[in-house]
Amino acid sequence: MHKFTYLVPRSLNEAISMHESRDGRAKYIAGGTDVLVKMKEGKLVPDCLISLKHIIAQDRPFLNTETGELFIGAFMTHRSIERSSLVQHRYPILHDAVRNIGSVQIRNVATIGGNLVNAVPSADGAIPLIALDGKAHIYGPKGYRLVDLARFFLGPGQCDIQGAEILTEIIIPRLAPRTGGAYIKHGRREAMELPMLGVGVLLSIEPDLATCAEARICLGVAAPTPFRAREAEKYLVGKPVTEDTLSEAGRIAAGESRVRDSIRGVAWYRREMVGVLVKRMGLLALERAKGSNE
Amino acid sequence: MARDITFTFNGHRMAARVEDYWTLLHFIREELGYTGTKEGCGGGECGACTVIVDGAAVNSCLYLAVELDGRSLVTIEGLAAADGTLHPLQKAFVDHGGIQCGFCSPGMILSAKALFDENPNASDEDIKAAIAGNLCRCTGYVQIIDSIKSVRREVEEGPRVVAWRGDDTER
Repeated sequence: MHKFTYLVPRSLNEAISMHESRDGRAKYIAGGTDVLVKMKEGKLVPDCLISLKHIIAQDRPFLNTETGELFIGAFMTHRSIERSSLVQHRYPILHDAVRNIGSVQIRNVATIGGNLVNAVPSADGAIPLIALDGKAHIYGPKGYRLVDLARFFLGPGQCDIQGAEILTEIIIPRLAPRTGGAYIKHGRREAMELPMLGVGVLLSIEPDLATCAEARICLGVAAPTPFRAREAEKYLVGKPVTEDTLSEAGRIAAGESRVRDSIRGVAWYRREMVGVLVKRMGLLALERAKGSNE
Repeated sequence: MARDITFTFNGHRMAARVEDYWTLLHFIREELGYTGTKEGCGGGECGACTVIVDGAAVNSCLYLAVELDGRSLVTIEGLAAADGTLHPLQKAFVDHGGIQCGFCSPGMILSAKALFDENPNASDEDIKAAIAGNLCRCTGYVQIIDSIKSVRREVEEGPRVVAWRGDDTER
Protein backbone atom coordinates (compact mmCIF):
# COMPACT_ATOMS: atom_id res chain seq x y z
CA MET A 1 0.00 0.00 0.00
CA HIS A 2 1.07 3.54 -0.78
CA LYS A 3 2.95 5.07 2.16
CA PHE A 4 1.28 7.98 3.88
CA THR A 5 1.42 10.16 6.98
CA TYR A 6 -1.39 9.78 9.48
CA LEU A 7 -2.60 12.88 11.25
CA VAL A 8 -4.85 12.87 14.28
CA PRO A 9 -6.71 16.15 14.81
CA ARG A 10 -8.67 16.57 18.04
CA SER A 11 -11.22 19.04 16.70
CA LEU A 12 -13.11 19.78 13.50
CA ASN A 13 -11.22 23.06 13.05
CA GLU A 14 -7.88 21.33 13.40
CA ALA A 15 -8.95 18.70 10.85
CA ILE A 16 -10.06 21.35 8.38
CA SER A 17 -6.90 23.40 8.66
CA MET A 18 -4.79 20.25 8.21
CA HIS A 19 -6.80 19.41 5.10
CA GLU A 20 -6.58 22.92 3.64
CA SER A 21 -2.87 23.25 4.28
CA ARG A 22 -2.17 20.13 2.25
CA ASP A 23 -3.69 21.46 -0.91
CA GLY A 24 -5.69 18.43 -2.01
CA ARG A 25 -3.02 15.87 -1.14
CA ALA A 26 -4.79 14.82 2.06
CA LYS A 27 -7.85 12.59 2.48
CA TYR A 28 -10.10 12.24 5.49
CA ILE A 29 -10.41 8.76 6.97
CA ALA A 30 -12.96 7.64 9.51
CA GLY A 31 -13.41 3.87 9.90
CA GLY A 32 -11.21 3.23 6.89
CA THR A 33 -13.14 0.33 5.40
CA ASP A 34 -13.66 2.23 2.15
CA VAL A 35 -10.57 4.45 2.10
CA LEU A 36 -8.06 1.69 2.86
CA VAL A 37 -9.63 -0.67 0.32
CA LYS A 38 -9.35 2.03 -2.36
CA MET A 39 -5.76 2.72 -1.38
CA LYS A 40 -4.86 -0.95 -1.59
CA GLU A 41 -6.41 -1.00 -5.06
CA GLY A 42 -4.37 2.02 -6.02
CA LYS A 43 -7.49 4.15 -6.62
CA LEU A 44 -6.51 6.63 -3.93
CA VAL A 45 -2.96 7.79 -3.32
CA PRO A 46 -3.04 10.58 -0.75
CA ASP A 47 0.21 11.67 0.88
CA CYS A 48 -1.61 12.09 4.11
CA LEU A 49 -4.65 10.63 5.86
CA ILE A 50 -6.46 12.81 8.36
CA SER A 51 -8.21 10.70 10.93
CA LEU A 52 -11.69 11.76 12.04
CA LYS A 53 -11.83 9.08 14.74
CA HIS A 54 -10.45 11.15 17.59
CA ILE A 55 -12.56 14.26 17.27
CA ILE A 56 -14.73 14.57 20.34
CA ALA A 57 -18.18 13.76 19.04
CA GLN A 58 -21.30 12.00 20.16
CA ASP A 59 -20.92 8.26 20.26
CA ARG A 60 -24.58 7.35 20.49
CA PRO A 61 -27.82 8.50 18.87
CA PHE A 62 -29.32 11.36 20.80
CA LEU A 63 -33.02 12.14 20.93
CA ASN A 64 -33.95 15.67 21.91
CA THR A 65 -37.15 14.95 23.81
CA GLU A 66 -38.36 18.55 23.49
CA THR A 67 -38.02 18.95 19.75
CA GLY A 68 -38.31 15.25 18.93
CA GLU A 69 -35.23 15.50 16.69
CA LEU A 70 -32.83 12.59 16.52
CA PHE A 71 -29.12 13.35 16.14
CA ILE A 72 -26.80 10.74 14.71
CA GLY A 73 -23.11 11.55 14.83
CA ALA A 74 -21.46 10.92 11.47
CA PHE A 75 -18.53 9.21 13.15
CA MET A 76 -20.70 6.62 14.82
CA THR A 77 -20.04 3.07 13.72
CA HIS A 78 -22.83 1.10 12.09
CA ARG A 79 -22.47 -1.33 14.98
CA SER A 80 -23.22 1.27 17.60
CA ILE A 81 -26.32 2.32 15.69
CA GLU A 82 -27.30 -1.34 15.25
CA ARG A 83 -27.05 -1.88 18.98
CA SER A 84 -28.89 1.27 19.99
CA SER A 85 -32.17 0.27 21.57
CA LEU A 86 -33.49 3.78 20.87
CA VAL A 87 -33.00 3.23 17.13
CA GLN A 88 -34.26 -0.33 17.28
CA HIS A 89 -37.54 0.63 18.94
CA ARG A 90 -38.31 4.06 17.52
CA TYR A 91 -36.61 3.99 14.11
CA PRO A 92 -36.65 0.31 13.10
CA ILE A 93 -36.34 1.26 9.42
CA LEU A 94 -32.81 2.43 10.21
CA HIS A 95 -32.04 -0.63 12.31
CA ASP A 96 -33.21 -2.84 9.42
CA ALA A 97 -30.63 -1.19 7.18
CA VAL A 98 -27.52 -0.95 9.35
CA ARG A 99 -27.69 -4.48 10.74
CA ASN A 100 -27.09 -5.98 7.30
CA ILE A 101 -24.18 -3.85 6.19
CA GLY A 102 -21.03 -5.90 5.58
CA SER A 103 -20.15 -8.05 8.55
CA VAL A 104 -19.76 -7.57 12.30
CA GLN A 105 -16.08 -6.83 11.69
CA ILE A 106 -16.92 -4.13 9.17
CA ARG A 107 -19.75 -2.63 11.22
CA ASN A 108 -17.47 -2.37 14.23
CA VAL A 109 -15.29 0.19 12.47
CA ALA A 110 -17.22 1.55 9.48
CA THR A 111 -19.02 4.82 10.18
CA ILE A 112 -22.44 5.96 9.00
CA GLY A 113 -20.93 9.24 7.80
CA GLY A 114 -18.22 7.52 5.85
CA ASN A 115 -20.79 5.35 4.09
CA LEU A 116 -22.87 8.38 3.13
CA VAL A 117 -19.88 10.35 1.86
CA ASN A 118 -18.70 7.34 -0.15
CA ALA A 119 -22.02 7.83 -1.95
CA VAL A 120 -22.54 4.52 -3.68
CA PRO A 121 -26.03 4.13 -5.22
CA SER A 122 -26.55 1.14 -2.94
CA ALA A 123 -25.75 2.78 0.41
CA ASP A 124 -28.07 0.94 2.78
CA GLY A 125 -27.82 3.59 5.46
CA ALA A 126 -28.87 6.35 3.09
CA ILE A 127 -32.30 4.95 2.22
CA PRO A 128 -33.89 5.04 5.67
CA LEU A 129 -32.25 8.35 6.49
CA ILE A 130 -33.80 9.89 3.37
CA ALA A 131 -37.15 8.29 4.22
CA LEU A 132 -36.91 9.88 7.67
CA ASP A 133 -36.38 13.31 6.03
CA GLY A 134 -32.84 13.40 7.39
CA LYS A 135 -30.60 16.39 6.93
CA ALA A 136 -26.82 16.31 6.65
CA HIS A 137 -25.04 18.72 8.94
CA ILE A 138 -21.81 19.74 7.24
CA TYR A 139 -19.00 21.81 8.71
CA GLY A 140 -16.31 23.48 6.64
CA PRO A 141 -14.00 26.48 6.36
CA LYS A 142 -17.04 28.71 5.88
CA GLY A 143 -18.97 27.31 8.81
CA TYR A 144 -22.02 25.05 9.01
CA ARG A 145 -24.65 24.21 6.44
CA LEU A 146 -27.56 21.81 6.31
CA VAL A 147 -28.45 19.72 3.27
CA ASP A 148 -31.49 17.51 2.80
CA LEU A 149 -30.22 14.00 2.36
CA ALA A 150 -32.65 13.60 -0.53
CA ARG A 151 -30.49 16.18 -2.34
CA PHE A 152 -27.13 15.15 -0.90
CA PHE A 153 -26.28 12.48 -3.48
CA LEU A 154 -25.25 13.90 -6.85
CA GLY A 155 -24.21 10.78 -8.73
CA PRO A 156 -22.44 7.48 -8.20
CA GLY A 157 -19.62 8.21 -5.80
CA GLN A 158 -20.45 11.92 -5.64
CA CYS A 159 -22.07 13.88 -2.89
CA ASP A 160 -22.46 17.48 -1.80
CA ILE A 161 -19.24 17.75 0.18
CA GLN A 162 -16.74 20.35 -1.02
CA GLY A 163 -13.04 20.43 -0.33
CA ALA A 164 -12.21 20.31 3.35
CA GLU A 165 -15.81 20.02 4.53
CA ILE A 166 -16.77 17.32 6.99
CA LEU A 167 -20.16 15.66 7.44
CA THR A 168 -20.66 15.88 11.20
CA GLU A 169 -24.11 14.54 11.88
CA ILE A 170 -27.49 13.55 10.50
CA ILE A 171 -30.56 15.20 11.97
CA ILE A 172 -33.89 13.44 11.79
CA PRO A 173 -36.92 15.67 12.42
CA ARG A 174 -39.64 14.71 14.87
CA LEU A 175 -41.61 11.67 13.74
CA ALA A 176 -45.28 12.27 13.02
CA PRO A 177 -47.62 10.32 15.29
CA ARG A 178 -48.40 6.77 14.20
CA THR A 179 -45.34 6.41 12.00
CA GLY A 180 -43.77 3.11 11.07
CA GLY A 181 -41.10 2.16 8.58
CA ALA A 182 -39.26 -0.84 7.21
CA TYR A 183 -36.29 -1.44 4.96
CA ILE A 184 -35.21 -4.47 3.02
CA LYS A 185 -31.82 -5.12 1.46
CA HIS A 186 -32.60 -7.42 -1.44
CA GLY A 187 -29.91 -9.68 -2.77
CA ARG A 188 -28.87 -13.24 -3.28
CA ARG A 189 -26.86 -13.67 -0.12
CA GLU A 190 -27.64 -13.35 3.55
CA ALA A 191 -24.64 -11.13 4.20
CA MET A 192 -21.44 -9.68 2.82
CA GLU A 193 -22.71 -8.17 -0.38
CA LEU A 194 -23.94 -4.88 -1.74
CA PRO A 195 -27.71 -4.98 -2.30
CA MET A 196 -29.22 -5.69 -5.68
CA LEU A 197 -32.03 -3.40 -4.60
CA GLY A 198 -32.84 -1.47 -1.43
CA VAL A 199 -36.42 -0.53 -0.56
CA GLY A 200 -37.48 1.59 2.40
CA VAL A 201 -41.06 2.58 3.16
CA LEU A 202 -42.13 4.96 5.93
CA LEU A 203 -45.82 5.54 6.57
CA SER A 204 -47.62 7.87 8.93
CA ILE A 205 -51.26 6.96 9.37
CA GLU A 206 -54.34 8.83 10.48
CA PRO A 207 -56.02 8.20 13.86
CA ASP A 208 -58.34 5.70 12.12
CA LEU A 209 -55.22 3.49 11.84
CA ALA A 210 -55.99 2.81 8.20
CA THR A 211 -55.56 5.94 6.09
CA CYS A 212 -52.18 7.14 4.95
CA ALA A 213 -51.32 10.62 6.16
CA GLU A 214 -47.75 10.69 4.84
CA ALA A 215 -45.65 8.32 2.81
CA ARG A 216 -41.98 8.03 1.98
CA ILE A 217 -40.86 5.43 -0.52
CA CYS A 218 -37.09 5.37 -0.97
CA LEU A 219 -35.15 3.19 -3.30
CA GLY A 220 -31.50 2.25 -3.58
CA VAL A 221 -29.85 0.77 -6.66
CA ALA A 222 -32.91 1.75 -8.67
CA ALA A 223 -31.25 4.87 -10.05
CA PRO A 224 -27.72 6.39 -10.04
CA THR A 225 -28.43 7.79 -6.58
CA PRO A 226 -30.79 6.85 -3.74
CA PHE A 227 -34.11 8.54 -4.49
CA ARG A 228 -37.70 8.99 -3.38
CA ALA A 229 -40.49 7.62 -5.57
CA ARG A 230 -42.56 10.77 -5.20
CA GLU A 231 -45.41 9.83 -7.52
CA ALA A 232 -45.92 6.60 -5.61
CA GLU A 233 -45.84 8.55 -2.35
CA LYS A 234 -48.45 11.05 -3.58
CA TYR A 235 -50.68 8.21 -4.72
CA LEU A 236 -50.81 6.71 -1.24
CA VAL A 237 -51.56 9.88 0.72
CA GLY A 238 -55.22 10.04 1.73
CA LYS A 239 -55.89 6.44 0.73
CA PRO A 240 -56.37 3.46 3.01
CA VAL A 241 -53.21 1.41 3.24
CA THR A 242 -54.16 -2.00 1.89
CA GLU A 243 -52.53 -4.71 -0.17
CA ASP A 244 -54.21 -3.25 -3.24
CA THR A 245 -53.14 0.36 -2.71
CA LEU A 246 -49.63 -0.76 -1.82
CA SER A 247 -49.46 -2.92 -4.94
CA GLU A 248 -50.44 0.10 -7.00
CA ALA A 249 -47.90 2.28 -5.19
CA GLY A 250 -45.30 -0.38 -5.93
CA ARG A 251 -46.26 -0.37 -9.59
CA ILE A 252 -45.93 3.41 -9.76
CA ALA A 253 -42.57 3.32 -7.92
CA ALA A 254 -41.33 0.68 -10.34
CA GLY A 255 -42.26 3.02 -13.17
CA GLU A 256 -40.32 5.86 -11.58
CA SER A 257 -37.20 3.70 -11.25
CA ARG A 258 -34.28 3.98 -13.59
CA VAL A 259 -32.94 0.50 -13.07
CA ARG A 260 -30.19 -0.97 -15.17
CA ASP A 261 -28.40 -4.24 -15.81
CA SER A 262 -25.34 -4.64 -13.64
CA ILE A 263 -23.10 -7.25 -12.18
CA ARG A 264 -25.50 -7.77 -9.28
CA GLY A 265 -28.79 -7.98 -11.15
CA VAL A 266 -30.75 -7.24 -14.30
CA ALA A 267 -33.05 -4.31 -14.92
CA TRP A 268 -36.33 -6.14 -15.52
CA TYR A 269 -35.97 -8.12 -12.32
CA ARG A 270 -35.07 -5.06 -10.28
CA ARG A 271 -38.11 -3.25 -11.64
CA GLU A 272 -40.31 -6.23 -10.79
CA MET A 273 -38.90 -6.41 -7.27
CA VAL A 274 -39.48 -2.70 -6.64
CA GLY A 275 -43.19 -3.45 -6.94
CA VAL A 276 -43.04 -6.55 -4.78
CA LEU A 277 -40.89 -5.04 -2.04
CA VAL A 278 -42.69 -1.68 -1.82
CA LYS A 279 -45.83 -3.64 -1.03
CA ARG A 280 -44.08 -5.95 1.41
CA MET A 281 -42.31 -3.13 3.25
CA GLY A 282 -45.49 -1.04 3.15
CA LEU A 283 -47.40 -3.76 4.98
CA LEU A 284 -44.66 -4.05 7.58
CA ALA A 285 -44.51 -0.26 7.94
CA LEU A 286 -48.27 -0.21 8.51
CA GLU A 287 -47.99 -2.80 11.28
CA ARG A 288 -45.21 -0.84 12.92
CA ALA A 289 -47.18 2.41 12.57
CA LYS A 290 -50.16 0.83 14.29
CA GLY A 291 -47.90 -0.52 16.99
CA SER A 292 -46.03 2.72 17.63
CA ASN A 293 -46.99 4.24 20.93
CA GLU A 294 -47.30 7.82 19.76
CA MET B 1 6.41 8.68 9.76
CA ALA B 2 6.71 6.38 12.77
CA ARG B 3 5.25 6.79 16.20
CA ASP B 4 5.34 5.06 19.56
CA ILE B 5 2.26 3.26 20.77
CA THR B 6 1.38 1.34 23.91
CA PHE B 7 -1.25 -1.36 24.04
CA THR B 8 -2.05 -4.68 25.64
CA PHE B 9 -1.38 -7.77 23.59
CA ASN B 10 -3.18 -10.89 24.77
CA GLY B 11 -3.22 -9.45 28.27
CA HIS B 12 0.38 -8.19 28.33
CA ARG B 13 1.31 -4.53 28.18
CA MET B 14 3.54 -3.69 25.25
CA ALA B 15 5.12 -0.73 23.56
CA ALA B 16 6.20 -0.51 19.94
CA ARG B 17 7.27 1.91 17.27
CA VAL B 18 4.95 1.67 14.25
CA GLU B 19 4.84 3.24 10.82
CA ASP B 20 1.71 5.27 10.00
CA TYR B 21 0.98 3.13 6.96
CA TRP B 22 1.19 -0.30 8.58
CA THR B 23 -2.02 -2.25 8.82
CA LEU B 24 -2.63 -4.05 12.10
CA LEU B 25 -2.36 -7.31 10.18
CA HIS B 26 1.13 -6.43 8.95
CA PHE B 27 2.12 -5.34 12.45
CA ILE B 28 0.91 -8.57 14.06
CA ARG B 29 2.41 -10.95 11.51
CA GLU B 30 5.56 -9.21 10.28
CA GLU B 31 6.60 -7.05 13.20
CA LEU B 32 5.38 -8.97 16.24
CA GLY B 33 5.84 -12.33 14.52
CA TYR B 34 2.46 -13.82 15.48
CA THR B 35 1.32 -15.65 12.38
CA GLY B 36 -1.91 -17.18 13.69
CA THR B 37 -3.76 -14.21 12.14
CA LYS B 38 -4.05 -14.82 8.40
CA GLU B 39 -4.34 -12.68 5.30
CA GLY B 40 -7.03 -14.06 3.00
CA CYS B 41 -8.17 -11.18 0.83
CA GLY B 42 -6.65 -8.02 2.26
CA GLY B 43 -9.94 -6.21 1.62
CA GLY B 44 -12.19 -6.91 4.59
CA GLU B 45 -14.27 -9.57 2.87
CA CYS B 46 -13.06 -12.95 4.14
CA GLY B 47 -12.45 -12.44 7.86
CA ALA B 48 -9.30 -14.57 8.00
CA CYS B 49 -7.53 -11.59 9.54
CA THR B 50 -10.10 -11.12 12.32
CA VAL B 51 -8.71 -10.01 15.68
CA ILE B 52 -10.41 -8.52 18.73
CA VAL B 53 -9.65 -4.88 19.60
CA ASP B 54 -11.25 -3.51 22.78
CA GLY B 55 -13.70 -6.39 22.71
CA ALA B 56 -14.80 -5.84 19.12
CA ALA B 57 -14.02 -8.19 16.25
CA VAL B 58 -12.34 -6.26 13.43
CA ASN B 59 -10.59 -7.04 10.16
CA SER B 60 -6.95 -6.31 10.90
CA CYS B 61 -6.22 -5.86 7.19
CA LEU B 62 -8.29 -2.68 7.24
CA TYR B 63 -7.23 -1.42 10.68
CA LEU B 64 -4.19 0.81 11.01
CA ALA B 65 -1.56 -0.27 13.55
CA VAL B 66 -1.28 3.27 14.88
CA GLU B 67 -4.92 3.10 15.95
CA LEU B 68 -4.02 0.34 18.42
CA ASP B 69 -2.52 2.95 20.76
CA GLY B 70 -4.15 2.71 24.17
CA ARG B 71 -6.24 -0.28 23.22
CA SER B 72 -6.27 -4.00 23.92
CA LEU B 73 -5.62 -6.57 21.23
CA VAL B 74 -6.47 -10.26 21.33
CA THR B 75 -5.22 -12.64 18.66
CA ILE B 76 -5.79 -16.39 18.40
CA GLU B 77 -2.54 -16.95 20.31
CA GLY B 78 -4.17 -15.34 23.32
CA LEU B 79 -6.84 -17.97 23.83
CA ALA B 80 -5.07 -21.03 25.13
CA ALA B 81 -3.88 -20.97 28.75
CA ALA B 82 -0.22 -20.53 29.60
CA ASP B 83 0.15 -24.29 30.10
CA GLY B 84 -1.24 -24.96 26.62
CA THR B 85 -4.74 -25.94 27.67
CA LEU B 86 -7.09 -25.04 24.84
CA HIS B 87 -9.80 -22.45 25.26
CA PRO B 88 -13.26 -24.11 25.21
CA LEU B 89 -13.90 -22.67 21.74
CA GLN B 90 -10.67 -24.12 20.38
CA LYS B 91 -11.42 -27.50 21.92
CA ALA B 92 -14.95 -27.44 20.53
CA PHE B 93 -13.68 -26.79 17.00
CA VAL B 94 -11.34 -29.75 17.34
CA ASP B 95 -14.01 -32.02 18.82
CA HIS B 96 -16.78 -31.14 16.35
CA GLY B 97 -14.88 -31.12 13.08
CA GLY B 98 -14.91 -27.34 12.79
CA ILE B 99 -11.33 -27.32 11.47
CA GLN B 100 -10.20 -28.79 8.15
CA CYS B 101 -7.36 -26.82 6.63
CA GLY B 102 -7.43 -24.42 9.55
CA PHE B 103 -6.93 -21.22 7.60
CA CYS B 104 -10.27 -19.66 8.56
CA SER B 105 -10.17 -21.06 12.08
CA PRO B 106 -8.41 -18.27 13.99
CA GLY B 107 -10.83 -15.73 12.55
CA MET B 108 -13.87 -17.94 13.13
CA ILE B 109 -12.91 -18.67 16.71
CA LEU B 110 -12.26 -15.02 17.50
CA SER B 111 -15.57 -13.95 15.95
CA ALA B 112 -17.26 -16.53 18.17
CA LYS B 113 -15.32 -15.39 21.22
CA ALA B 114 -16.24 -11.75 20.61
CA LEU B 115 -19.89 -12.81 20.32
CA PHE B 116 -19.96 -14.84 23.53
CA ASP B 117 -18.01 -12.25 25.51
CA GLU B 118 -20.74 -9.77 24.71
CA ASN B 119 -23.71 -12.16 24.65
CA PRO B 120 -23.20 -15.54 26.29
CA ASN B 121 -26.80 -16.46 25.43
CA ALA B 122 -26.39 -15.80 21.72
CA SER B 123 -29.04 -17.50 19.59
CA ASP B 124 -28.38 -19.63 16.54
CA GLU B 125 -29.17 -16.60 14.39
CA ASP B 126 -26.77 -14.46 16.41
CA ILE B 127 -24.04 -17.01 15.83
CA LYS B 128 -24.60 -17.03 12.08
CA ALA B 129 -24.58 -13.24 12.01
CA ALA B 130 -21.37 -13.18 14.04
CA ILE B 131 -19.52 -15.37 11.54
CA ALA B 132 -21.16 -13.91 8.42
CA GLY B 133 -17.90 -12.09 7.74
CA ASN B 134 -15.76 -15.22 8.01
CA LEU B 135 -15.46 -17.35 4.89
CA CYS B 136 -14.62 -21.07 4.98
CA ARG B 137 -13.78 -22.97 1.83
CA CYS B 138 -13.57 -26.42 3.44
CA THR B 139 -16.28 -27.27 5.93
CA GLY B 140 -19.57 -25.96 4.56
CA TYR B 141 -20.02 -24.13 7.89
CA VAL B 142 -22.28 -26.68 9.59
CA GLN B 143 -19.53 -28.14 11.76
CA ILE B 144 -18.31 -24.65 12.58
CA ILE B 145 -21.74 -23.58 13.77
CA ASP B 146 -22.10 -26.84 15.73
CA SER B 147 -18.71 -26.23 17.35
CA ILE B 148 -19.74 -22.75 18.43
CA LYS B 149 -23.15 -23.90 19.67
CA SER B 150 -21.56 -26.63 21.75
CA VAL B 151 -19.64 -24.03 23.73
CA ARG B 152 -22.68 -21.92 24.42
CA ARG B 153 -23.67 -23.59 27.64
CA GLU B 154 -20.08 -23.84 28.79
CA VAL B 155 -19.57 -20.10 28.42
CA GLU B 156 -22.47 -19.50 30.76
CA GLU B 157 -20.60 -21.45 33.43
CA GLY B 158 -17.48 -19.37 32.93
CA PRO B 159 -14.64 -20.59 30.70
CA ARG B 160 -10.93 -20.34 31.22
CA VAL B 161 -10.21 -17.09 29.36
CA VAL B 162 -6.96 -15.17 29.10
CA ALA B 163 -7.80 -11.84 30.66
CA TRP B 164 -7.95 -9.24 27.97
CA ARG B 165 -10.17 -6.57 29.43
CA GLY B 166 -7.01 -4.74 30.35
CA ASP B 167 -8.24 -2.69 33.28
CA ASP B 168 -4.65 -1.56 33.55
CA THR B 169 -4.59 0.11 30.14
CA GLU B 170 -4.32 3.86 30.00
CA ARG B 171 -6.23 5.81 27.32
